[in-house]
Amino acid sequence: MVTYILRRLVLSIPVLFGILFATFALARLIPGDPCRAMLGEKATKVVCDEFNHRHGLDRPIPIQFGVYINEIAHGDFGNSFRYSKPITELLIERLPITFELSLAALLFSVLVGIPLGVIAAVRHNSWVDVVTMLWANVGVSMPVFWLGLMLAYIFSLTLKGTIFQLPPSGRLSAGLITVPFYEIWGMQVTEGTFSYTLADFISRMNVFNSILSANWEVLKDAVTHLILPAFALSTIPMALIARMTRSAMLEVLGQDYIRTARAKGLSRRSVVLKHAFRNALLPLATVIGLSLGGLLGGAVLTETVFNLSGVGRILYDGITARDYGIVQGFTVVIAIFFVVLNLIVDVSYAYLDPRIRLD
Amino acid sequence: MTTQTVSPKKLDAEALSLDSVSLWQITRRRLLRRKSSVVGMVILAILILIALTAQWLAPYSPTLSMLDADPPQKVEKRSSPCIYALGCPKDQPQHIMGTDGNLRDEFSRMLYGARLSLMIGFSTVTFAIIIGTVLGALGGYFGGWIDNVIMRVMDVLLAFPSLLLAIAIVTVIGPGLINALLAIGIVSIPAYARVVRGSVLSVREMDYVSATRALGGNTFEILFKRILPNALTPLIVQGTLGIASAILDAAALSFLGLGAQPPTPEWGSMLGAERNQVFTAPHLVFYPGLAIMLTVLAFNLLGDGLRDALDPRLAHTS
Repeated sequence: MVTYILRRLVLSIPVLFGILFATFALARLIPGDPCRAMLGEKATKVVCDEFNHRHGLDRPIPIQFGVYINEIAHGDFGNSFRYSKPITELLIERLPITFELSLAALLFSVLVGIPLGVIAAVRHNSWVDVVTMLWANVGVSMPVFWLGLMLAYIFSLTLKGTIFQLPPSGRLSAGLITVPFYEIWGMQVTEGTFSYTLADFISRMNVFNSILSANWEVLKDAVTHLILPAFALSTIPMALIARMTRSAMLEVLGQDYIRTARAKGLSRRSVVLKHAFRNALLPLATVIGLSLGGLLGGAVLTETVFNLSGVGRILYDGITARDYGIVQGFTVVIAIFFVVLNLIVDVSYAYLDPRIRLD
Repeated sequence: MTTQTVSPKKLDAEALSLDSVSLWQITRRRLLRRKSSVVGMVILAILILIALTAQWLAPYSPTLSMLDADPPQKVEKRSSPCIYALGCPKDQPQHIMGTDGNLRDEFSRMLYGARLSLMIGFSTVTFAIIIGTVLGALGGYFGGWIDNVIMRVMDVLLAFPSLLLAIAIVTVIGPGLINALLAIGIVSIPAYARVVRGSVLSVREMDYVSATRALGGNTFEILFKRILPNALTPLIVQGTLGIASAILDAAALSFLGLGAQPPTPEWGSMLGAERNQVFTAPHLVFYPGLAIMLTVLAFNLLGDGLRDALDPRLAHTS
């Protein structure tokens, strides 16, 4: 197993290098001068020369690329022209918002998608199966931005005044303040250390922070704000997971050992959950793993619709403002995350199916 | 109890007729047997019909403001649907889906949008299939460093969430419908390249390929006449499903303002332009989104049906 992981890691190096090259090239090819994009009318030639020199933009492209690789290797993703902040700082600020949203969406997809897929397979060709598959087909075909807008309309306007009313945008209601859990706990964390970064990262996720700080009012408010965007974002992965669970379960349920288990007198529940479901998990691991990548793409649209300032939104803003640093830094982080995710999916096969001998 | 006797002649005829059934006939039969595929084909047929006849079906030009209509109409911006058959007063002009923020007839724009969406789907997938097929075939056939370089580039493209990469490419080459199509096409290439490469790898060492080589067949003939026809089936399935995701991605880019630009009647762009009015004029958001969903659904249902119909493991169901 260790050999396999190492081999996969080595094979990922050319891909990672390619990602770095692609993001560097894309950011440099964005039309327009970043100085003029940032400073607008104030961008005189003298000011721009100074700006380009300060940010190393007047150096030859190969040198800029070399500097870029060196900085990334040291965990430095550079600075944002627009926000005048290190990218790492922006990542720590924005990533928790997207992370919380994606996690909630994934939770929805798994908790709803898997049971629906199992029920559809067990009751194959029944009305439950037909309705589930119809819904799954509609789910994968639905534009996430349209669903988000429609949900906001229904739950904040049509259902206004009922117990189902939900906020149409934002993360918290006006007037609510969150205090980082580490301050409430009286933890002594020094700024700049790893423990501070980690604590700060967690505390920016409103749901986690409110649980850790036992602030139930904020928790309730944060959850109600999270439901609509998470549900909108979860539709496509939920439908994919339901479809995949159904087809994997149908394949397993038709095998001889399932018939044997039934013939031995085992209960239907036991056969489905213990014998069939475990073996249907393998293809599911792929779909769930890859769905996480899709969630990041969908987050750009969901965050735009629900006015959330996460990674997707800042990346979009960075592109429109020609902020090289943001485009490079965030794209690299997302792509590396994607590569690592693929590796985890591959490795998880070995754990889920002992027949697979990876090394 | 009666027994039926079948003459050997009849049996032979049936066997012969079975033998002469082509893959496409079997596929058509299986497709028509699947209700979901039939639903997909019906939706698609309606969409194609609408796209082809939009200029006759649409009561107004998709870019015409009602102020410039002949005679000019007194309608409000983002007016609600007005259908005479449903009790709308006759003194008001009929607008089946209302008017948009620029006083254009929403129904006419929706009809023309079908044409654009189908064009987007087919053109991006055609572009991606052509480039993907050439790259996949070259990589699979020649192997070695050519294959390595091509597949590593494909791996890099696959390392980005497709929509994010498409957004980044559009930003570089500039917003606009054609550029958005190009970006979605580029993002889609790896899927086709992988399918073709896999098919080429599976047949390039087969006897009939070696025989063609021994008979003096050149690389072009071997690749395009002997090997690539084997990749046609997975390519058709991938292409049909690819059209669905291309339409979704194009709509997303237009929604973000990076694809089709106003006043082009593109569903994603129409939706994006009116998104802030969702609470006051929800119909202007509802109809374009519904149309996108139905189009994507049609291609997904057809793609799923084709995948099953072309799957040799399901041969017994034919």
